[in-house]
Amino acid sequence: MLAAPHALRSYEYWLFQYKRTYKGSLVSTILFPVLFLASMGLGLGTLVDQSASGGVDGRSYLTFLAPGLLAATAMQTAVGESTYPVMGAIKWVKTYHAMLATPLGVLDVLVGHVLFIATRILISAGIFLAVMTLFGASESPLALFALVGALLTGLAFALPTIAFAAVTENDAGFAFLFRFVVTPLFLFGGVFYPVEQLPVVLEQVAYVTPLWHGVDLSRDLALGTATAAGTAGHVLYLSVWIVAGFAVAARNYRRRLAV
Amino acid sequence: MTEPDPAEQLVHARGLTKRFGDFTAVDGIDVDVRRGEAFGFLGPNGAGKSSTMRMIACVSPVTDGTLRVLGRDPATDGAWIRGRLGVVPQEDSLDLELTVRENLLVYGRYFGLPKPLIRERAEELLDFVQLTDKRDAKVDALSGGMKRRLTIARSLINEPEVLLLDEPTTGLDPQARHVLWDRLFRLKQQGVTLILTTHYMDEAEQLCDRLVVMDKAHIVAEGSPAELIGQWSAREVVEVRFAPGDHEAMAGKVEDLGSRVEVLPDRLLLYTEDGDAAAAAVHERGLHPVGLLVRRSTLEDVFLRLTGRTLVD
Ligand SMILES: Nc1ncnc2c1ncn2[C@@H]1O[C@H](COP(=O)(O)OP(=O)(O)OP(=O)(O)O)[C@@H](O)[C@H]1O
Ligand SMILES: [Mg+2]
Repeated sequence: MLAAPHALRSYEYWLFQYKRTYKGSLVSTILFPVLFLASMGLGLGTLVDQSASGGVDGRSYLTFLAPGLLAATAMQTAVGESTYPVMGAIKWVKTYHAMLATPLGVLDVLVGHVLFIATRILISAGIFLAVMTLFGASESPLALFALVGALLTGLAFALPTIAFAAVTENDAGFAFLFRFVVTPLFLFGGVFYPVEQLPVVLEQVAYVTPLWHGVDLSRDLALGTATAAGTAGHVLYLSVWIVAGFAVAARNYRRRLAV
Repeated sequence: MTEPDPAEQLVHARGLTKRFGDFTAVDGIDVDVRRGEAFGFLGPNGAGKSSTMRMIACVSPVTDGTLRVLGRDPATDGAWIRGRLGVVPQEDSLDLELTVRENLLVYGRYFGLPKPLIRERAEELLDFVQLTDKRDAKVDALSGGMKRRLTIARSLINEPEVLLLDEPTTGLDPQARHVLWDRLFRLKQQGVTLILTTHYMDEAEQLCDRLVVMDKAHIVAEGSPAELIGQWSAREVVEVRFAPGDHEAMAGKVEDLGSRVEVLPDRLLLYTEDGDAAAAAVHERGLHPVGLLVRRSTLEDVFLRLTGRTLVD
């Protein structure tokens, strides 16, 4: 039998670790979509749907909102998993150092962790999709494709964040990241309303952020309104963030861990 | 001395150098470690011991010079070499959230070992380091000595040919140190090559067949503990204490009694082949020391001679 590729050995560690602790995070992973879909989707949605516009782009607010929140959930999970755990593996628990004393190399350590973060994104997004379906907010089985959109969205945030976490000296940078990047994107990235509603300048800014692309991609996939060109554009744009983020992360990991 | 067989030379370094930016942490050292021996790096803080160990462990790239570990080049065969090493790093890298046993299971998987084999070895190793009764305890709850023992058990999960131990007993109480020494001694008897760094000369004397003394990125002496003492110190040492502040003045009055005299803040060290005779002479001269002690020379004296500093203050 062939031994697993080295990166999978690192992945296995993170899975092992997650299996022991997932129960604690599961509650909030389920509660977040329930709370948001109930309060915004149903509560605020009733108001929106009864207004002159009659929903958003001819759909109920709940169906509009849900795929956007799905992408935002992916972003939040991705950033959460790419900040403290990465810093911990370098500075506190030194998990990476333990791995690097074995046949695993720096790239194996990075790729294994990214695989795990991808898994975490899929788990959160999957739970979100399930809750969404219970709320009647997913119209067709095609909504499953929105998981791909969510995964790409998450990774487009995860890799640059990992790159940052690998070189930042203390966790104050993470608070900044959540407050001044994640939260504004969540509010202005097209999750709650079409970005066309924003002042032109903000609208243009929104188009540059990976979240808007992720939201639009997930929404189009979930609602079955995706076009080939639009989908390709979003996928390409998110891939640029993923690939560039990976390149910088790999460089930063080497600088930090192979000294 | 005959040229060692290359296959028996587990570490071979020539002009080995490590630089961090402009700073040179290891400056062109030559080291040879043979199969089955216990080899030590003795030196004060910042000497470059860990930097050297990390290069040998194939985690830190060599800046300059030649390094071969198990006959191979870490730059190209790092993963292969690491698969055959056991590493006890200076700072513990145990997973505090996992249990003692889980730490071993997880670590064994990094080597690609099958789970049943790891489970079997984990039980043996826990027994070997006397942690069987703690197997299901969280690592967080272990004492420093237990953590060190677990780290040693972990480093043995792949049955390494060479064990690298960076300050294995620093920070432990004397009893915990002795337990560890005993385990290391057994490993050596089983044929495992030990390479260790330490601040403690008694540790070096107890465990090492050969050692190098490092100071400020350089190797300043090399040999077996007995050779080093023979070469750099006299057979015996008379420690003479006077009232504080008098030591400098008194040094002149006793220096002819030995081959050398060393002035420390709290005592004089008089190096001589016959300690009792020198001690008697101190009394005959009517110098009235507050305290006087004759002892055998140790590596500490060698170190003091070579670097002008004590190892552990
Ligand atoms: N990553 C690094 N970047 C910059 N300087 C470093 C780095 N690692 C070590 N050094 C410096 O290199 C020198 C040697 O360090 P090293 O850790 O090898 O010493 P040591 O002999 O192991 O000391 P100690 O007994 O304190 O463990 C020190 O001055 C240290 O500050
Ligand atoms: Mg050190």
